[in-house]
Amino acid sequence: MSDAPQQSLYSAREPIFPKTVRGPFRTLKWWILAGTLAIYYITPWLRWDRGPQLPDQAVLVDLAGRRFYWFWIEIWPHEFYFVAGLLIMAGLGLFLFTSALGRVWCGYACPQTVWTDLFLLVERKVEGDRNAQIKLARSNWDLRKVRLRLTKWSLWFLIALCTGGAWVFYFADAPTLAVDIATLAAPPVAYSTIAILTATTFVFGGFMREQVCIYMCPWPRIQAAMMDNDTLTVAYRDWRGEPRGKKRSADNHQPAQGDCIDCMACVNVCPVGIDIRNGQQMACITCALCIDACDDIMERIGRPRGLIDYLALADEPDERAGMAPRPYWKHVLRPRTMIYTALWGAFGALLVFALFVRPEIDVTVSPIRNPQFVTLSDGSIRNAYDIRLRNKHGDDRPFRVQIAGDLALRVSLEGTAYEQVTVTANETRLQRVYVTAPRGAAPATADATDIRFWIEDLASGARVHADSVFNGRTPE
Amino acid sequence: MTKSPNTSKDKVGTTGHQWDGIEELNNPLPRWWLWTLYLTIIWGVGYTIAYPAWPMIEGATTGVLGYSTRAEVAADIAKVDAQNAEVAATLAAADLSTLSREDPAYHYGVAGGAAVFRAHCSQCHGSGAAGAVGYPNLLDDDWLWGGTLEAIEYTVRHGIRNETDYDSHYSEMPAFGEVLVTDDIAAVVQYVRAMSGQDHDGAISDSGAVIYADNCAACHGDTGTGDQFGGAPNLTDAIWLYGGSVDAITYTVENARFGVMPAWGQRLEEDEIKAVTLYLHQLGGGE
Repeated sequence: MSDAPQQSLYSAREPIFPKTVRGPFRTLKWWILAGTLAIYYITPWLRWDRGPQLPDQAVLVDLAGRRFYWFWIEIWPHEFYFVAGLLIMAGLGLFLFTSALGRVWCGYACPQTVWTDLFLLVERKVEGDRNAQIKLARSNWDLRKVRLRLTKWSLWFLIALCTGGAWVFYFADAPTLAVDIATLAAPPVAYSTIAILTATTFVFGGFMREQVCIYMCPWPRIQAAMMDNDTLTVAYRDWRGEPRGKKRSADNHQPAQGDCIDCMACVNVCPVGIDIRNGQQMACITCALCIDACDDIMERIGRPRGLIDYLALADEPDERAGMAPRPYWKHVLRPRTMIYTALWGAFGALLVFALFVRPEIDVTVSPIRNPQFVTLSDGSIRNAYDIRLRNKHGDDRPFRVQIAGDLALRVSLEGTAYEQVTVTANETRLQRVYVTAPRGAAPATADATDIRFWIEDLASGARVHADSVFNGRTPE
Repeated sequence: MTKSPNTSKDKVGTTGHQWDGIEELNNPLPRWWLWTLYLTIIWGVGYTIAYPAWPMIEGATTGVLGYSTRAEVAADIAKVDAQNAEVAATLAAADLSTLSREDPAYHYGVAGGAAVFRAHCSQCHGSGAAGAVGYPNLLDDDWLWGGTLEAIEYTVRHGIRNETDYDSHYSEMPAFGEVLVTDDIAAVVQYVRAMSGQDHDGAISDSGAVIYADNCAACHGDTGTGDQFGGAPNLTDAIWLYGGSVDAITYTVENARFGVMPAWGQRLEEDEIKAVTLYLHQLGGGE
């Protein structure tokens, strides 16, 4: 065992009061925050006209109807590979960004970071900046503290409620559901989903914050495996900053003095409460706010910016030797990132290609194997097939089923005297189709004959084919 | 000062574990994690009180909420039955020959009839309704007792050669082995083979025609096309319930063969009979 003094196995969270910071990274993060939140809250309310029998919500996950609508794209369950493809692209995208820029996802775009930022903003507006917050936290519970805390929590709760509320709008017609929710007419699952997401947003954004990243999220630990010496991460140039110490006036300047004046600005703005000067560490989400804070101080004391900066570990020996670091693009452009980009792009191109060649009508044919064939009274051989005809349009469509080539095969559809059948809008019709070979014809006596169904949408003229097999009765 | 896991072993010490010189720091767990553990324990205890949990000598504790998966299934079934009550009643009262294919009762009947068929009929007629030797294939266009909706419904309801139902289809072929001599039987078999367009011995099939006219035509018809009123099979087509080979036909002529079928009117509900009728009629052979 260690020689360290006995201590508790558990420790309480020490509150963090990040100080307001201004700078280019903070500005960029505000824009990303505004953009991502706007996308999240507004998307369900966008409309998209698809015809009278289809929903007019631009983005809709219709679980009951088993449809996913995304503007002009409609995904049916059998096309779920598009979603799988998007997930693969998201994974490759994360690999790319992590190998190039470290935990850039965590620092800029992760919902935990975005909502925590929003909650911190509310906190500052209500309680004041870092010093005022510390003072309030330490003060006794008087009327003012109760008022401020209740105000803050109410505002947080409102944001959390809107967050949980917005989620359910992706799964039903938003305006209708909004009215239903307000009039207590919505399904119970809507309320429970809102309640759960409201609670998690409120707790994660208001109270758990960095604890979620450090203790609950698996992603930080996985990401470390994707970084290498060329990955740009937020780091401290200790060779420039050390030995740190209070700034001395110019007249008694000591040459051994580094640029870091130990002002703690980088620590005070950190949302996860670490000291970046200790080097790369697991808790750092690379939000870059310490860069803004330090650059501000460096300008004030007349030293060059970049004491804390995006750095690659590979540059450290050169920099220690007094040489300039290699430019960022040389770190970013390396085989690893290029391979990730190529894979990502290839997958994207493949998905777009698949989307464009996706047939307007869609059929699957499953031959009925029990029995393989039926002998009719005139000696002809009949096979049956279950054909699923999918009409992806917003109106009813007549479909015609035919057999390709001249195989002496006759097609008939169960329930109708014609070779065509009407499929209602946005539906799949299961149609049994009979194919009959006359007595003595080649397919009737062969063990198996390849056949091809042609299905035509008579309204649009679109044609697709589906291959199957005709089983005959081999002579005994 | 530092709120996140410590990176200095002077402050927290190590666990003493070492791998390739990398030491494991002994950082404390967050306190809320401990609370989460306690909360799950409390939840677990509460769950076993609320829901069936602890195994006892007979059965398990029932839980104060009185939840039961069997009761839930029963409730689900009752709910579906209640939802279907109206369409089932419509089907039970419907005249099948005029029931529209667009009618919800028709779809309910075909889907429900498939279930009835698998439960009660597939043992003889096969799960795909293709039958077997002695058990008619229900997919083809040849019907012993008629293939209209009306005829199928009658057969399902009253059965075939069923002594418990006076309205059952009934007919019996004589065993001609006791009536005709062997040569005559061989001749009539060749004649039947000729009627159905199979290979036959022309030398004796002609004499078989006379024997056929005297003994068989009364039921199977002058031209051998059978009679659905008496359930006499059509001998001219390509479908043979017991096989169309010389041996099989000879055996049938000598010994006579006929099947029996239960009268399902005694055992199925009205809507089930109508449902299985609709199902059978749309398998490809309905008339």
